[in-house]
Amino acid sequence: MRDLLWLVPVFPLLGFLVNGIVYLASHRTHGSGGHAPGPGTQPEAESSTAAGHPHAHGHAETAPKWKTLHTVVGTGSVGLSCLVAFAAILDLGIGPLSQGAHHVLTLWRWIPLGVNQATGQVPGPLAEWVVDFALRLDSLSALMLAFVTFVGFLIHVYSVGYMGHDAGYGRYFAYLNLFMFSMLTLVLAANFLLLFVGWEGVGLCSYLLIGYDYHKKFAADAGKKAFVVNRIGDFGFILGIFGVFALFGSLDFGKVFSAAASQPAIYAPYMTVVCLCLFLGAVGKSAQFPLYVWLPDAMAGPTPVSALIHAATMVTAGVYMVARCNVLFRLSPDALLVVAVIGGFTALFAATIGLVQNDIKKVLAYSTVSQLGYMFLACGVGAFVAGMFHVVTHAFFKACLFLGSGSVIHALGGEQDLRRMGGLARKIPITYRTFLVATFAIAGVPLLAGFFSKDAILAAVFESHFARAPWLPKVLWTAALFTAGLTAFYMFRLVSLAFYGKFRGSAEQEAHVHESPRSMTVPLVVLAFLSVVGGWIGIPILRGGDRIGEFLAPVVPALAGAHAVEHAPAISLELALMAASVAVAMVGLFLAWTWYAKGEGRVPAQLAARFPRLYRTLENKYFVDEIYEAAFVEGLAKGGGRFLWEVDATVVDLIPNGAAAGTLGASAVSQAFDKNLVDGAVNGVADSFQRGFQLLRRSQTGRVQNYALVMGGGLFCIVAVYLIFR
Amino acid sequence: MNITINHYLVVSFLLFSIGFLGVLVRRNFLTVLMSVELMLNAVNLNLIAFSRRLSDLTGQVFSVFVITIAAGEAAIGLALTISLFRQRRTLNVEEASSMRG
Repeated sequence: MRDLLWLVPVFPLLGFLVNGIVYLASHRTHGSGGHAPGPGTQPEAESSTAAGHPHAHGHAETAPKWKTLHTVVGTGSVGLSCLVAFAAILDLGIGPLSQGAHHVLTLWRWIPLGVNQATGQVPGPLAEWVVDFALRLDSLSALMLAFVTFVGFLIHVYSVGYMGHDAGYGRYFAYLNLFMFSMLTLVLAANFLLLFVGWEGVGLCSYLLIGYDYHKKFAADAGKKAFVVNRIGDFGFILGIFGVFALFGSLDFGKVFSAAASQPAIYAPYMTVVCLCLFLGAVGKSAQFPLYVWLPDAMAGPTPVSALIHAATMVTAGVYMVARCNVLFRLSPDALLVVAVIGGFTALFAATIGLVQNDIKKVLAYSTVSQLGYMFLACGVGAFVAGMFHVVTHAFFKACLFLGSGSVIHALGGEQDLRRMGGLARKIPITYRTFLVATFAIAGVPLLAGFFSKDAILAAVFESHFARAPWLPKVLWTAALFTAGLTAFYMFRLVSLAFYGKFRGSAEQEAHVHESPRSMTVPLVVLAFLSVVGGWIGIPILRGGDRIGEFLAPVVPALAGAHAVEHAPAISLELALMAASVAVAMVGLFLAWTWYAKGEGRVPAQLAARFPRLYRTLENKYFVDEIYEAAFVEGLAKGGGRFLWEVDATVVDLIPNGAAAGTLGASAVSQAFDKNLVDGAVNGVADSFQRGFQLLRRSQTGRVQNYALVMGGGLFCIVAVYLIFR
Repeated sequence: MNITINHYLVVSFLLFSIGFLGVLVRRNFLTVLMSVELMLNAVNLNLIAFSRRLSDLTGQVFSVFVITIAAGEAAIGLALTISLFRQRRTLNVEEASSMRG
């Protein structure tokens, strides 16, 4: 079974091909379908709040027979790949995996850089310089594989209900399958280059799916923004890959990491640069501080896409990559310091923005950015296991939250503004209950998934050491704890605004409210269940409770001399930290409940009135988009040109201007000389030339063929002369 | 019959001459373009013949470059054809002489 691992990405690829071809073929015969933006959809392009809802365009739906085919192929391919993935994992065995068993499946030699193909002989030092097309199944990729395929499958099922009325049904599933293919390639890659292929593939699919409603300008713009911002990160990532290749002479994970682990002294000096480059890639893909701006805009895509790509799987690729390269990162305390600071700052920064957003998906988007910051914070303090643990639990509850918000949006016929919701708890009970469970999970209510992973991160941060900045762990821990409170607050604010109180939308919307179909509620229930039990794989304190730590141990080994944070802290300390985080979460929940559910938003309104500048800053997301617009778009693209022009006009032009002044003086002297003596000669010469060329002018017929004839004749003459007189 | 380099050279020469003559005497812009292509390919044949004879890959590399340039040339030539036809409603090259001095 383990040798069938290649089927895991291939099934979605086939699904993509079938769906794509059928979609193209059926839409050629059925006319324009969902392609041309109809006049009725144009006004919506102006409002950025009506993003990605299922009833956006009322074009002719896909023909039923094709729709069934898209459904079966789209969900079936991912389901099959999920089955194969689990079978392969079980074939290797969970126990053996945790003892370091791994399986590398080399499909073919991809780039035989150093092998002389003619003789098969290896020419000297280039011996190892080959890149194989190889898949790697070890405990880290098994963990990712398990939840990516399973959550992916659930979201595909959900999409059947959510996108059911959409004209581009087949196109949607084709993109989604292509995404699964790319993501699975990323996860299973056995070397940096194949990882990069998957990395770019998910970036492309992210672009395609954000801009799925491409006839709306804001969606198309959001897609472009995501793509461009990710390019900045990818630039760093590819530089990091070059660095690894130059240092190790190989891109294979096994070879690179064992070399780095066995001879740390040799490689350590270079690792800061390499790791920071790699981390820049992760910052772009996982939406960390300077490059996070694309993720909130990415909510323009359909909601299941936000759940799958921009919450559960793709954005965690950066964390996965950093955890995969943990051996390299540990060699550079400075790089880890940067990772921790960026992660901690992003967590707090995004959470504060999330406090005041009014778009249900925007709140979740900033929450995702914040939680990703948590994961990087964990990686930065050396607790890669805790980071990966949070990746898994976050995938469950954030996917559940996004799908739940999709269900709310679906029930309200496309409404995303929290100010026009309310009182939905009784009308859509299944959505409400699952959403509430996931909210408690993300807020860190004890015994739910988020509690354990967040607690693991907080404990690791508290216990961490930074030689360069001994005060830093406490600062980071305070920030992370405060963020936990903010998280609980804004999530429960969301729940209160959407599900409690009176309905604030129009009467027409109220009549329309309905629970979603089974294809949408079943994934919600499953994900809510996982949000409850998902954390039980990493229970601290209990002996043998930290299963995930044991499972990942072969990939995330404890290095001597590195941060010794993997050892369990004292139980009393652990309990105290837990109590602190639970208390903070409870305060956040309680405040949100009293302010928004019972107080109906009077206290926050007063606060906003008391601190108008602070509120405006938060509401406008610290004006980061505006700053980027001014600095990079206006500044570099437009202002840069003007700046260069100014330089040209003032500095560079000094030289010709000075020269001109000098020349003027000199020419005044020579003018007198010229006029009398030289002019006579010149005029005489000119006259004779004029007469001579009057004749030659005739040869300029303007007919190319004449010129060609003369050229050919000339060539003939030259060759003839050469042959005769040589 | 043993095919020597001379055979290649003769064929190449004939092709080149036909092409050159075409460029000189044909009036139709398209035919002129095709004749130019003929000349280029005659050169390619020549290059490859010598490359084979001398066991030196440089000639083949050059012919690949020539093919690349020929593709670009054809594209530009056809674009010119279209704009010429739009302006003059004819493809007669003798009509296209308005820039003569």
